[in-house]
This record gives sequence, C-alpha cells and structure tokens, in this order.
Amino acid sequence: MSSFTSLFNNQDWNTIVADIYSKTSVDVETALHNKKRSLEDFKALISPAAKPYLEQMAQLSNALTKKRFGNTMQMFAPMYLSNECQNICTYCGFSLTNKIPRRTLTDAEILKEAHFLKNKGYNHILLVTGEANKIVGVEYIKKAIKLLNKEFANITIEVQPLDQNEYELLVENGLYAVLVYQETYHKEEYKKHHPKGKKSNFEYRLETPDRLGKAGVHKIGLGALFGLEDWRADSFYTALHLQYLQKTYWQTKYSISFPRLRPHSGGLEPKVIMEDADLAQLICAYRLLDEDIELSISTRESETFRNNIINLGITSISAESKTNPGGYVVEPQSLEQFEISDERSTEAIAAMLREKGFEVVWKDWETFSLV
Amino acid sequence: MNDSLTIGDKTFSSRLFTGTGKFSSSTIMREALLASESELITVALKRVDIANENDDILSHLNHSRIHLLPNTSGVRTAKEAVFAAQLSREALETNWVKLEIHPDPKYLLPDPIETLKAAEELVKQGFIVMPYIHADPVLCKRLEDAGVQCVMPLGAPIGSNKGLKTEDFLEIIIDQSNVPVIVDAGIGAPSHAAYAMELGADAVLVNTAIAVSKNPVAMANAFRLAVIAGRMAYNAKLAPIKQTAEASSPLTSFLNV
Repeated sequence: MSSFTSLFNNQDWNTIVADIYSKTSVDVETALHNKKRSLEDFKALISPAAKPYLEQMAQLSNALTKKRFGNTMQMFAPMYLSNECQNICTYCGFSLTNKIPRRTLTDAEILKEAHFLKNKGYNHILLVTGEANKIVGVEYIKKAIKLLNKEFANITIEVQPLDQNEYELLVENGLYAVLVYQETYHKEEYKKHHPKGKKSNFEYRLETPDRLGKAGVHKIGLGALFGLEDWRADSFYTALHLQYLQKTYWQTKYSISFPRLRPHSGGLEPKVIMEDADLAQLICAYRLLDEDIELSISTRESETFRNNIINLGITSISAESKTNPGGYVVEPQSLEQFEISDERSTEAIAAMLREKGFEVVWKDWETFSLV
Repeated sequence: MNDSLTIGDKTFSSRLFTGTGKFSSSTIMREALLASESELITVALKRVDIANENDDILSHLNHSRIHLLPNTSGVRTAKEAVFAAQLSREALETNWVKLEIHPDPKYLLPDPIETLKAAEELVKQGFIVMPYIHADPVLCKRLEDAGVQCVMPLGAPIGSNKGLKTEDFLEIIIDQSNVPVIVDAGIGAPSHAAYAMELGADAVLVNTAIAVSKNPVAMANAFRLAVIAGRMAYNAKLAPIKQTAEASSPLTSFLNV
C-alpha cells in the first residue's frame, strides 16, 4: 500500500533546513509574483528572507481568503472526554507519569457538557481524549459520537491514531473529521519527546492521514507542535504531507492548525521559540500556497494576537475552550492539558468577529449519509 | 414585451439568481439580495439549522419575492444528494433543489456521473431539479432526457471570478438546449453576467462576486442592471462581429452588382 513514508524517506531534514535558510529576497519576490505557488515558493515564504515582505504577504493572504471563504469565520469548541493516557509525551499535561487525577466522562457527563456548548451556539465540536485503548478505545469514541450526533452537525475527533477499519466504523456513525498532528517530523527529536507508549511509533503516526484518507474521513487536520524543533522545517514537511494527501485522497478536505507549546503542569520549555511574527508569516505562507486550505487558530493564542490574526488567512476559531475533561460544567476544577491564553467568552469572541466584519458561522455541515 | 422566465411551476421576472454564502452578516446579505431583485436564491442546506425555527439565514430570507432554492452542497454521492433533497423538502417545504455533487472539496467541481444518477432519481420523486454541472453539452442533453427543469453549467471554477472560461461549450449548450440554461459559477463581474446573457443564457447565478465586494448592495444592483442589459441586447439581436471594415468590395467591384 502506498503511503507518505516513502516520500518522507526521500527527504533530508538538514538539507531542507539549509535550503530554507538560503532563500533570498529574489526567491521571495518570485514566490510572491507567481500565480500558482510551489513548495519551493513556500520555502521562500517561510524563510527569514521573507520577513521584510510580511505586510505584502498579509494583504495577499487576506484577499485570497476573502475570495474563497468570504467574510465568514467558522466557530468550534473542544470537548475533552478523558485525560487517561498511556503515552509519555514530554510536553503534555496528560503524560502517563504526571501524577494527576485521571477522569473519563460518562454518558451523562458527556451530555451535560454537550448541552452547555450547544446552548452557547456551537454546532461544530472537537472531541479530545488521550491514548488509553482500554478506557477510551474506538468503542468509547463511537459511543460518544452516537450520543452527540443528534445534537451537533459536525463532529471532529483528536484522539489516538486508529486503524483504517476503526476510522471507517466511526465515519459510519457520524464522524466528520480527524485531527492528527505529527508534533515533529524530525524523527530523532520525535523519539526523544515520545519515549513510551504507542505514540513512540513514529511511522504509525506518520501514516495515520493515509489511513484516514483510505477510510473516507471527510476532513483531515494536520499540524506540527511548534517549540519542539525548527518550525520552518516542520512546516515544510507538513506542507509536503498536505500536498501528497491532496493528490492521493482528492475527495478529502484538509485543515492546518498551529499549536505553539504552552505552559502546563510539569511543563517543558520550548527548544525553539516561535514568535508571533513567525506564526503570522507561516499562516500567510500557507494561504499563498493553497487558496482553499482551512486554517484554524485556538485559544492557546493571546487575545491581541487572535484579534488580528483573523484577518491574515484564518478560517476557523475556537473560544472559551476548556482543556480538561468536564471542564465546562461537570468538573471545572480538574487539571488542564495546557493553559489557554485567550479566556474570553464565546459571546465576546462572536461580538469581536462581527465588529470586525465577519459573519460568525455556527453550522456548515449536515451528515446526509446517516439514515 | 413580457420577457419572463419560467422554470417548473414558477415564473420569474428577474433573470439574476443569487446565493447566500460569504456575506459579512445576514443583514448585509438581505439588503444585497433585495437590491439584486433576485427571486430565486440558493441556500446550502448544510448551513441552515433546520431544527431551529429562528435560523438566522432563513429568517433573513423571509420575503414575499424570494423563492428559496435549497442546494445539496457538501454531498459526495447520488445517494447522499437524494437524502439531502428529501430532508430539504421536508424541512423547507419546497420540492425545488439545486443539485450539487462535488466530491472534490478543493475546486468543488461537480461529479457528472453521480449528478446524472441523482437527477434521474429526484425527477422520479417529483423534484424540480436544477443540476450544477460542467459545461458539458452531452451531459446537458442526458440531464434533459432525465427530466430536469434546467441546466446550470459553470462558467469557470466556483468562486474564481474568472468569467466565462467555458464560453465555447456554453454556446453549444445554449444552442442545443430545450430547457433553460443558467450559467452558474465563475461570474466575477457584471460584464461577465451581461456577456452570458448576450450569448443567450436564460439566467445567471451569482454569489461570491456580490458577497465579497466591498459594497455588496451596490454590486448587487450593478449585477441586476447588467443582467437586464445583457438580456435586452440578446433580444434586440446583436450586430454581427466583423473582422475587417466593409467600405468596398475590392475583389468583386468590377462586376458592378
């Protein structure tokens, strides 16, 4: 079976880094000038040489986003179902060795949390769990989706990577999208940050989007966790992965998220700092590479950053997020996966968006295949 | 002269159809759509919360002139499209459906095979079917045979604002069709809309160019006028285009005819 691995194995991290850092203003101007931009153009646009062109990139990104997505912003909210996890991930609050109370929501608790989010207006939700196959395996996730698909038009999951047949089962039961971030495409660094658990298998994770494509999931969300390694190289790999997937699984929609390492209980200091300007540059570069890609920003980012980045290519945004199971109603005091930064209410975010000329979109999906 | 357009059981005096996506607010959408004087307005079923009586989009489209045209955007197969149409008939109490099947979420290009299959089934079930398709003349005839009430070939990729890139095929479709031809997708400027009407399209459908304009209300009005002008020109018969001037007949003047 074909997969991204063979393409990945033909790449060399150091060569890519050298390539990106050797881009010049001529490369950037060529990239800006091109009508259709290549991955080489993308390298130029994320390179340090593109820094002086940020305003120009932002204006192009804004115009392209408007053309494709109009004056709209999709709203979504995460719902954490469990913090059980068998993995050790050096940067994560739910890591196996962290001594925190573990909790998995019951059906009744899931419905309570759902009710809260539905009342806030949400119709698109993101279900999150750690990786603990016995407690929150595919059966648990299936049950949660079935509980929620009458309430919500659009259900996305961010859970442990699964097998193709497991994804197929979830799609049959109303799953729309899956987010699976590679964290870092630097294989050795990946192993350092994921020393134990199923997640330590780099290849299995790398091939997850292939399994998702084969299973016919409607949307696949990609990303790298910024702070672990050079963000430029990781972003190039993400874009390479994206274009491979788009060509191979052409019926699937794609989105990119931009998690930056945030403080959490037992936290890891980022090895590489990604500044606000870097993230803005990256978001614009993605839009210039791909007019149709969905770009998402979470409450990890600050109020000021979010108020402004929404004009630079972002198409979906979360608000008022809780990153602990039961965080909305059931058990607001439990320990978070990471600290959020923008703590404004859903209403405040919606008002801010309207004030900036966006129509707030709550619902943009209907599962027509469920009879 | 009465130059109205009849599709199914409805007669329209405006030949400008519009859409509801990409506006910065429902209020602006309503103002722009009213300014367009459009009578048939498409709305994506996936964007509507049918369980909610006060759905924001629907409540802003509540007007005696406006007929809703639910579309099946988001479906990937004929089976899903039929299900979506049934759902919309029940929820929105209309048997009109804009059939859109685009399994490719990037360019939103329509799947001709699934579209034909769905059209055949929906016609049997009593729907007024308006299929969004490539500018494919043979497919248009096949759909006509299946009993659709019109065809909606694209001018250019949806949302691209590139105008009538498929002009040569649109001309064949217009020439051959026994059902109204509505040019959908790609119309980015009033001049494109006027040109489509001059070619003999029965109507055009415009969304992005109005919604994303800096002034959607003014742009809607501009499109309204362009469609009227284009149709008027079509009815008046355009003078033929000449490659050269015809002041004299240098080769035949010796004949004195």
